[in-house]
Amino acid sequence: MLSKRIIPCLDVKDGRTVKGVNFVDLRDAGDPVELAAQYAQQGADELVFLDITATHERRKTMIEMVKSVARQLNIPFTIGGGITELADAEALLNAGADKISINSAAVRNPKLIEELARAFGVQFVVLAVDTKYVDGKNRVHLNGGRLITELETENWIKQAEDLGAGEILLTSMDHDGTKAGFDCGLLGKINQMINIPIIASGGAGSMEHFTEVFQKANVDAALAASVFHYGEILIPDLKQELKRNHIPVRI
Amino acid sequence: MIGIVNYGAGNIFSLTAALARLNVEYGMVNTEADLEKYSHIIIPGVGHAGTAMEKLKHTGLVAAIKALTKPVLGICVGMQLITEHSEEGDAELLSIVPVKTKKFDKSLNIKIPHMGWNAVNPQNNPLFEGVEDNTQFYFVHSYFIEYNPTFDIASAGYGLKFSAAVQKDNFYGVQFHPEKSGKAGEQILKNFSNLSL
Repeated sequence: MLSKRIIPCLDVKDGRTVKGVNFVDLRDAGDPVELAAQYAQQGADELVFLDITATHERRKTMIEMVKSVARQLNIPFTIGGGITELADAEALLNAGADKISINSAAVRNPKLIEELARAFGVQFVVLAVDTKYVDGKNRVHLNGGRLITELETENWIKQAEDLGAGEILLTSMDHDGTKAGFDCGLLGKINQMINIPIIASGGAGSMEHFTEVFQKANVDAALAASVFHYGEILIPDLKQELKRNHIPVRI
Repeated sequence: MIGIVNYGAGNIFSLTAALARLNVEYGMVNTEADLEKYSHIIIPGVGHAGTAMEKLKHTGLVAAIKALTKPVLGICVGMQLITEHSEEGDAELLSIVPVKTKKFDKSLNIKIPHMGWNAVNPQNNPLFEGVEDNTQFYFVHSYFIEYNPTFDIASAGYGLKFSAAVQKDNFYGVQFHPEKSGKAGEQILKNFSNLSL
């Protein structure tokens, strides 16, 4: 049986991981390679690196980081942030990234999904969607939730699947940062509509929240950042807890 | 020393990185003469099987690969290439292992692609030396190799039972990505590099 995946997400700026990471035995918490290796060791099933660099040097810096990670890491990883064209994606693929995630660029140019899927296969293309409930509708947001769009989340995800997205990373801006649990209602609804894997994001605060999102929404994977980085949830403990609740995991 | 067939189907950075971590030496196979330089050959591959077969034909290596008597390992689409036929692009393939590559059927109530970690049940085979039953490996694919007990050396289940690994004589194939499957995957690469026929 296919295991449910646990995915730590790392923010990267100028080739360095940001956000407080306090693993005791890390020599350098800002080193993405060391951090990635640590997570792989703990039993993470996959990693997501989100590049938040805003300078012109970003692309070169990112490629170097991706290569360093790929040299060391023996599990799959996804790179997101700043991918606007085929050439960006190809450079990341050649540097060893398993998947890329696109967000704003796909909203602005939906054909990008189609082009990426045709060039590199659907398995390479993750569509990240930030959603927020506004005036009775789930609306797609950009720029980390600051910019609302006309798109309704359900419609956009369905359209993206048709265009060739291989996986959906859905972040609920209403739940993100609350540590009150994932948005199981919306995740379950979207999951029913599509036939590609979906990663739940936003709201993880305890191990029970992971159990809940797998049981209620039957998502394929769950992603979190701070609960892992601050050591509030240790992946081996989480996997045992999920197993006790009869959720298939890789131990 | 392992030779990697360099025919342009997908990225091989992760594969070479995994071999380097294991201290297994490797080089690239671009010409027929290159095939002679190595004791073991890997055929990698990501993407569309029909397209990958076209690319392999362009290298002019097809006949020489089929005639190899040293250990050969196809990975993912590279494994599919050693079968007879793929439903992906209705493509005739190398026909080294007489089995077919078929599309997962979503009416089986499964998501496609089959993406993530799944348990594998290996037979007693040197490629899986030291790998326990139900060890999980990382898969990413929409097409699978039909289960055939004659050639199957490891099976997995996703809607139906399929071959996660096959063998015929010196030709091996694995559907999962050993270079992305943690320690278990590294064991497979190590075992392959130690195979002697």
